[in-house]
Amino acid sequence: MDHKFAIETHQMTKVYGSGNTEVIAMHDATMNVERGEVVALLGPSGAGKSTFLTAIGLINPPTSGQIFIGGQLILDGPQSHTNLRTFRKQHIGFVFQKANLIPFLTAIENVQVALEINGNSPRAARKEALALMDYLGVADRANGLPNTLSGGQQQRVAVARALANKPSVILADEPTAALDGHRGRQVMELFAQVAHERGAGVVVVTHDHRALDVFDTIYEMEDGAMGPKKRQSDLMPSH
Amino acid sequence: MNLAIKDIQHSLGRFALTALGIGMLLMVVMGMGGIYRGIEKDATLLIDRLGADLWVVQRDTRGPFAEVSRVPANLIHRMLAVPGVKSAREFVYHTVQREHQGKLFRMAILGLSWPEDNGAWLPLTSGRPLGASHYEMIADKSLGLGLGQRVRLGKETYTVVGITTSMMGSSGDGLGFFTVADSQAIQFNTSNEAIRLERAARLARGERSELGTNQPSLLEQAIKPAYELPSTAKPQISAVIVHLSPGADAQRVVEIVSGWRDVTIYTQQGQETLLLRGTVEKVRKQIGLFRVLLTVIAGIVMALILYTLTLDKIHSIALLKLIGAPDRMILGLIMQQALFLGTLGYAVAYILGRKIFPMFPRRVILTNEDLFMLGWIVLGISVASSFLGIWKATQVSPNEAVA
Repeated sequence: MDHKFAIETHQMTKVYGSGNTEVIAMHDATMNVERGEVVALLGPSGAGKSTFLTAIGLINPPTSGQIFIGGQLILDGPQSHTNLRTFRKQHIGFVFQKANLIPFLTAIENVQVALEINGNSPRAARKEALALMDYLGVADRANGLPNTLSGGQQQRVAVARALANKPSVILADEPTAALDGHRGRQVMELFAQVAHERGAGVVVVTHDHRALDVFDTIYEMEDGAMGPKKRQSDLMPSH
Repeated sequence: MNLAIKDIQHSLGRFALTALGIGMLLMVVMGMGGIYRGIEKDATLLIDRLGADLWVVQRDTRGPFAEVSRVPANLIHRMLAVPGVKSAREFVYHTVQREHQGKLFRMAILGLSWPEDNGAWLPLTSGRPLGASHYEMIADKSLGLGLGQRVRLGKETYTVVGITTSMMGSSGDGLGFFTVADSQAIQFNTSNEAIRLERAARLARGERSELGTNQPSLLEQAIKPAYELPSTAKPQISAVIVHLSPGADAQRVVEIVSGWRDVTIYTQQGQETLLLRGTVEKVRKQIGLFRVLLTVIAGIVMALILYTLTLDKIHSIALLKLIGAPDRMILGLIMQQALFLGTLGYAVAYILGRKIFPMFPRRVILTNEDLFMLGWIVLGISVASSFLGIWKATQVSPNEAVA
């Protein structure tokens, strides 16, 4: 996947229900995320951010519109052009509001399982998982169960799992909501680091305006509509 | 990485308790099978142990185990005259329920044809065979009698001289072995008052008859004890058991005896079949049906437990789907847990059953065939019951991990 854009969406619309119960959760949403670009997606509750994120995460296909990942058409409306689960496994990493770790697996096993799912041997997966946890600064808690880790540590483990298969796309849904400001910023900076060092396109849905300076680009959604792309440089006060 | 084992390790206590519960349920299923086998074994035990080739019983009856059978004791001599018959022995069998040391006491009594048979063939665990024609007995361990203990039955007291094991009557009561004479004395024990009344009735009948009027001296004979009366037969026996000479034609003997109009003859196999089809058939069917019902219930309970276990993991399953886990990994997680649960439950059932079943009042026999079959059934239940959990897992959308 050498295409310039990690993610491209064209006029995505998502409609729930029909007739009198029809709700348009998202309409004509278009976004381009370059490789190595960190994008913040802002908007009030009910604006359609999560709908957009789950659509580009190939979990909740749009009613219409296209999704390209790495230049490859993946979804044309609800019509998929590839095996979505396999594609997700190989190309997309997810981080959620809550760390969403599997409670019966240790921290390292939570990362290891993602690698094993992608065909790595248990030994290679464990080695790679430990390297990732070291990269994210949680290697010392590798054998702890999720409920013994702090919120920040859990979120780092979740990021490690998202990075496990070297995805070209990382999607995060309010990843700092359960963290204090300092730790929240650390996680945002981590996304920026990963995007820049690994060339992944990162989309983060957030309400946390304190760390917006970390992002390269900002989109805002309102009433299901995607606002224009704003570069960080455009937001900086002019001298 | 084996997710099933990881999940079990994480909630080991809960899993162990669940396995214990399922194990106890399976133990009941196992026990019902064992009781079924025990009834079957107990029913045919005596027939097998005695090893008679032929059973001669009262005409048109199904033998002493199925119903009351009375044949004259002198039938032995008629049988011995049949070509091919090596030996013929009296068989007396009945059940008594008395009180012993303040407790209800049930015993199946078997008369041994003393002195030819002193019970030396019995599996004695202590003591000795019968050494006298009267007042001695050999008791099965299940009767709870000790060596040397004295038991009052009717007008006499009998001393336990030998203890045997696993000797049950067809009804599951422990067996007591006496000489034929003693077993008849117990069976036909009549109180003194009843004897006096019978003699008076005999006298009254005599006085009304022409014979009594013409020969009053005969009436003096009528009031004597029964054994002194020349016209009164010896007490009857239940059956005659026959052993054939080596190479004798059993069919020929059967044909000869079948021509006698006062008795019916059965082969050992025939007697066993009559017992299994008659006396224990309903019990067998009842327990068999109950066993099927319990197996179905065990299957439903296991399915619900596995469904609940799956529901508990539904978020993790959605997450696994989200990160691209193939269906076989998720199905494997549920199926393996079902198999672990089934295997562990079976092991618990077997271990607990081995400890508990010997305490049951009737024998519970766990045969290898039954254990093997139950193992397959548990395997089938485990696989089938996991389908409900698997169905639920397949319905889970990765979206639920995000929600």
